Amino acid sequence: MATLSRSDVEHVAHLARLGLTAAELDRLEGQLNHILDQYAILARLDTEHIPPTAQTIELESILREDVVTPSLPVEAVLANAPAREGDFIVVPPVLGGE
Amino acid sequence: MTDLTRLTALQQAGLLRSGEVSSRELAATHLDAAQRQNHALNAWLVIDRRGALEQADAADARIAAARAEGPAALDALHPLAGVPIALKDLVSVRGGQATAGSKILEGYRAPYDAHITGRLKDAGAVILGKTNMDEFAMGSSTEHSAYGPTANPWALDRVPGGSSGGSAASVAAYHVPVSIGTDTGGSIRQPAALCGIVGLKPTYGRVSRYGIIAFASSLDQVGPFARDTRDAAALLHAVAGRDERDSTSAPIPVPDAWRALPAPDQAAASLKGRRLGLPREYFLDGMEPGVEARVREAVRALEDAGAIVEEVSLPHTEYGLATYYIVAPAEASANLARYDGVRFGPRLGDGDVLANYLATRGQGFGPEVKRRIMLGTYALSAGYYDAFYLKAQKVRTLIKADFDALWAQGFDALVAPTTSGVAFRFGEKMADPVAMYLSDACTLPVNMAGLPGMSIPCGLSDGLPVGLQLIGAPWAETGLFELACGYEAITADAPWRAIEPTALAQADDPAMPTPRQRAAALAAGLVG
Repeated sequence: MATLSRSDVEHVAHLARLGLTAAELDRLEGQLNHILDQYAILARLDTEHIPPTAQTIELESILREDVVTPSLPVEAVLANAPAREGDFIVVPPVLGGE
Repeated sequence: MTDLTRLTALQQAGLLRSGEVSSRELAATHLDAAQRQNHALNAWLVIDRRGALEQADAADARIAAARAEGPAALDALHPLAGVPIALKDLVSVRGGQATAGSKILEGYRAPYDAHITGRLKDAGAVILGKTNMDEFAMGSSTEHSAYGPTANPWALDRVPGGSSGGSAASVAAYHVPVSIGTDTGGSIRQPAALCGIVGLKPTYGRVSRYGIIAFASSLDQVGPFARDTRDAAALLHAVAGRDERDSTSAPIPVPDAWRALPAPDQAAASLKGRRLGLPREYFLDGMEPGVEARVREAVRALEDAGAIVEEVSLPHTEYGLATYYIVAPAEASANLARYDGVRFGPRLGDGDVLANYLATRGQGFGPEVKRRIMLGTYALSAGYYDAFYLKAQKVRTLIKADFDALWAQGFDALVAPTTSGVAFRFGEKMADPVAMYLSDACTLPVNMAGLPGMSIPCGLSDGLPVGLQLIGAPWAETGLFELACGYEAITADAPWRAIEPTALAQADDPAMPTPRQRAAALAAGLVG
């Protein structure tokens, strides 16, 4: 089974957009490998011809009529925004530079 | 005068209808108990005295209007009208907090009601407040709450279970007759077992999750806590059913039988001939002898009442833990991507958007949530998807097929332990995540298969509660309720039923340390 190195842990933390301290990365390296060890048991099972299960109740896709229904008022949505300007949520520049 | 807090929800409903008690009186009495003991228990994150009393006055007005109209109008009132209730702090109530036990949702106010909140408000139930929980429902002890752990009303140095520990403790401590929790791998059944009360995880799709903060979307279900089966069934009836705002809520009728469960004599008689399977894999190595003894005694009592019990096998049980700890973290890592500090919650860090993300998420999430996001992100990452996530989904098929084979053989239900041990001490499982994960070994296969599962109290081991788990086929909640009612009837006079949670008197004492102080002292090795 796979083993995670310290740089793997840093890479996964970056993918997950988690800013972790050096101490957290150290601890996670040990803990994640311990948990991954538990996954090894699954290799015992031959699942080549077993279909995957993503959901259990086998519902058909349920579609509703394509009509406009009321949604939340703008004020209610923006009330939780950490920074706003008028009817917009303010975020730092995404594309960098001016 | 009887202590109102000792009555079940349906008994309270009876007194409300007869006019012997008002909803305001019920709310005030329960609020007093919650406020008096929350220092020692930390079961509640919000006790909304003002809001609750307003709701109670409105319920009293409804009941008075119905009484003036006549007996038919009184009968038409919802059974929960005027009855106090608690909600886990991941259920949205418009204008109120919904922290999910996390710092990352500090200050967030829900802009709308969850589906079940709307249903409960329509019924006239009185929401007293919001209960403590493991952060984002990830945990089995409520120690992973950012707002401090909850104590078990049976022993203040022990956990109530989790993740819905506050909802379980509040019912066990008589702060409310019923409450709402959620169960992704055992988060209703395990705390119900550890607190000595009834808890039910319904069939996947039975209750709408609209307005409920998501953990793992193919597993999460909403369900009731109560001190007896009738109350649990009445609460599930109130919140279940199709809601078009949750595409996974199923268009399956909600049986009215849940509001008219058989009387004790009939329930006991109906045990005769019921075919029950006893899965041998659920009696784990290392199971506490007292827990095994109580479960086997309960099974014998059911047999003595005429049930036909056969030992059965669920051969893929041992793969459940690994499968669950791939599927659930993978789904969580996707669901929790939305906590980015852009639209709601605190925004931390300076500079560009990436710096904001890293700081907001790095400082907003606690250690267990970070661990699971890391696991899930890894299991879904390029090159590992087939080895982990796809493999786990295939094993999930095998786990579900184990159960399907038993339903095909005609079993009415399975009976098993809910947990392999009683409530553990603060800190006991915090150092080793895998030890904590094992707390749910007997409950999480039920979520993997989407089945209804229930935990009912079946006695004490060393003075702490033990839970009996009942597992049914999809949509077979009615059978579980009947079985549980039957068991309650045949054990109605058992001496353990008369024993109240043994730490309630201590919890009344304002000089008691808080659960956070207890946990810290235990961690520091200052206490035995």
